[in-house]
Amino acid sequence: MAEFIKFDRITKFYGPLCVVENLDLSIAKGEFVSLLGPSGSGKTTLLMMLAGFEQATSGKILLDGAAINDVPTHKRDMGVVFQSYALFPHMTVGENIAFPLQMRGIDKAETAARVKQALDMVQLSTLADRRPSQLSGGQQQRVALARALVFEPRVVLMDEPLGALDKQLREQMQLDIRELHRRLGLTIVFVTHDQSEALTMSDRVAVFNKGKIEQIGTPRQVYDEPATRFVAEFIGETNLVEGVVEAIEGREATVRLPNGAQIVSAVSDGVAAGQGVYLSIRPERIDLAEARGAARNVLETEVTDSVYQGDHLRVQLQNEAYPLIAKLGRRSREFAPGTKVFAAFSAGDCRVIAP
Amino acid sequence: MPMKIAKLTFALLTILFLVAPLIAILPLAFTSSVILTYPIPSWSLRWFEELFFADAWRRAIINSLIIGTGTTLLATVLGTAASLGLRNRLFFFRGSMRTLFLLPMVVPAVVLGVGMQVLLARFGLINSYAGVIIAHTVVAIPFVVVSVTGALAGIDERVELAAQSLGAAPVTVFRRVTLPLAMPGVLSGAVLAFATSLDEVVLTLFVAGPNQRTLARQMFSSIRENISPAIAAAAFLFIAATILIGLVVVLSRSMLERRTRPAAS
Repeated sequence: MAEFIKFDRITKFYGPLCVVENLDLSIAKGEFVSLLGPSGSGKTTLLMMLAGFEQATSGKILLDGAAINDVPTHKRDMGVVFQSYALFPHMTVGENIAFPLQMRGIDKAETAARVKQALDMVQLSTLADRRPSQLSGGQQQRVALARALVFEPRVVLMDEPLGALDKQLREQMQLDIRELHRRLGLTIVFVTHDQSEALTMSDRVAVFNKGKIEQIGTPRQVYDEPATRFVAEFIGETNLVEGVVEAIEGREATVRLPNGAQIVSAVSDGVAAGQGVYLSIRPERIDLAEARGAARNVLETEVTDSVYQGDHLRVQLQNEAYPLIAKLGRRSREFAPGTKVFAAFSAGDCRVIAP
Repeated sequence: MPMKIAKLTFALLTILFLVAPLIAILPLAFTSSVILTYPIPSWSLRWFEELFFADAWRRAIINSLIIGTGTTLLATVLGTAASLGLRNRLFFFRGSMRTLFLLPMVVPAVVLGVGMQVLLARFGLINSYAGVIIAHTVVAIPFVVVSVTGALAGIDERVELAAQSLGAAPVTVFRRVTLPLAMPGVLSGAVLAFATSLDEVVLTLFVAGPNQRTLARQMFSSIRENISPAIAAAAFLFIAATILIGLVVVLSRSMLERRTRPAAS
């Protein structure tokens, strides 16, 4: 994979506070990478350093092989979209979009043509003469997007751009941005704290925690094969059960749970027999039945509560050692509290995580 | 209901308290008598004539305009620059620095005046227009700083960052984004600076020579020499000018603001 953007051992201190610690990250040309993490995890700081708004305390940032640490923001040629839109309130929509073209000395005729093209792209052609404050939030964000793309920047940076929009609009914009990314072959670095947004949009997701990347991979990898407890809990919902590894055979480990049950689970490198570990079981991978089935892993439990949530049935389970949550498809039958059930799942549906 | 009437009465009394001196002096501008006192025998514009054609008064008006304009320009430029500097988060002594800039507002004018006289004399600027403009600028800057700082605080910093990322060098960001957005504040600051210069008397007494006699200074001395109703006419002029400037500012501010933040439709 060609490295287009490379963070090379980046560290950033604010006074005594370390917000990014010795971080490496490479991004390929045309890739859509999300930086996902809770607030204060360093993801926005990393983006601000890439944009040139912040300086790294140490380490190098390379763009297309050249260090850009000392290149001022206005010469970096990166389009930035902020959560607060950051449109120029004293200019019309058209003037906002023309701004980066004027900065590049592009003549009037071409500027007009490209502004029109950009407005068409975000479906706002009729609003060129409005002021930003006359637009809705979604429209303003589309203008901000057009303004960040119109000068064909080398990289597009987005800092929680959809955070201020309501749910429906946000989901529509997610698809629109993904479509633009594909159509224009853009390199996008996208900061978000919304895991479903990151999974929906990205080629790869980098999960941030306390200034470090806990895991980076495709949406499928970070969801199905979480490398750490933090990733398993931050992305989606999961059941974490403590246990001890008894044996490892290839990509599978046998784990003994506190109540003596034995589970066969997928495992990655770095886990040894005898080690205390967590077992992550996604709630939607669990099946419930009143008879012990043929599945490899079966846990005896009792239903404590069951809630109908429209698209799924959420069942809370408890046995003598640990609680579990199962999400069942809407075709599933109801389970009354107090029912003894068997929770079944395959070895590929759970994962061993080193503590 | 009685509470409402009480409130209204109180408000009216307060307003009366504030404008009573104006009500007292203004009619005297139109008296035909030669002394500044009631009752008014008959109405006349002779004191306005005196104001515009008597040499001392005409010179005073011109001086006030020259010094007011100079002060406005200097104070607005310096005050705006100071406000921009004070905005820098990395600036270590920001808090104490801001207090320092506002100090001339609270320091007694007499103290400033004495210091100013000593200092300006040293640089040979005593009894010169430049000297008076400098002195007035010192007391006018705080008004500009307060007004521009307020306007700058209302600007989303990310708008400026966005401009940078779109290819604007720092100077361009200032010219195309920061300054236009801060304009209402700069404008108010400029007007306040002009008004400050217009009615400044104490510093003027200390640093101005006979050739820099301003309108306020002229009123001050003529009230001791001869209590002529020309003073009332000058006061009328003052108030009319103030109201006019105020109107211009309110109008242009609302125009600027409509441009930047129109009401949601």
